[in-house]
Amino acid sequence: MNNREDTMEKQNEMQIVFDARSENEGFARMAVAAFISPLNPTIDELADVKTAVSEAVTNCIIHGYRQGSGKIFLECTVIGSTVTIGITDEGVGIINIKQAMEPMFTTRPELERSGMGFAFMEAFMDDVQVYSSPGKGTRVVMKRRIGG
Amino acid sequence: MDFQYEVKGASLTIYVPRELDHHVASQIQARADLAVDTYRIQTVIFDFSETEFMDSSGIGVILGRCRNMGFAGGKVKAVHLKNERVRKIFSMAGLYKLVKVEEDQDE
Repeated sequence: MNNREDTMEKQNEMQIVFDARSENEGFARMAVAAFISPLNPTIDELADVKTAVSEAVTNCIIHGYRQGSGKIFLECTVIGSTVTIGITDEGVGIINIKQAMEPMFTTRPELERSGMGFAFMEAFMDDVQVYSSPGKGTRVVMKRRIGG
Repeated sequence: MDFQYEVKGASLTIYVPRELDHHVASQIQARADLAVDTYRIQTVIFDFSETEFMDSSGIGVILGRCRNMGFAGGKVKAVHLKNERVRKIFSMAGLYKLVKVEEDQDE
């Protein structure tokens, strides 16, 4: 049988809102890993996506909310074999996105930040877009195709 | 606390847990700095036997120890780096150039 369902790409979506606390970093990684597991990602693909999620969530906590309180909004959409992850905070925002994304650049060296967060997101995902407005927050949207 | 550590003479061994992220890194930072001051530590050893995940916060905590130990004339080592993923992160961050990595005898 060749009905419309078979020819359409499968779509699946989830959203989670959680507190900007460091103990939730592991939860966010695991939630995304579990959600994309039906795509049968390789160990490397899974580790890449988990690392990128970890970097983005850590940025919300340390930079967005400056380790204060706030909510992090995580959405994940799977269309066919492509995973799109959105991670958003309502924190301080980024004045200069280009500079923030430069490897080794950090505004918080006193917190032992390596400045590799965005570089890792870009290295491990196929596409990374950053939208920010000072005083309003930051949104990172990352895409990764699973299975080549 | 999410990790174990051991002081032996002037060495501090940090047993890095399964996942090294910002949450664990900030605990390691605080505890390691206290131990280094208290016990006059000369060598900080990161033991990666159990570790399967590490992000840029892990790099930060290792680089931070290198810097602090450098001021005190001490050194930083990494041992049991057997996980492929952890090795990849080490290599991407250039940590092999900064940290002495001791390979396992049986490998």
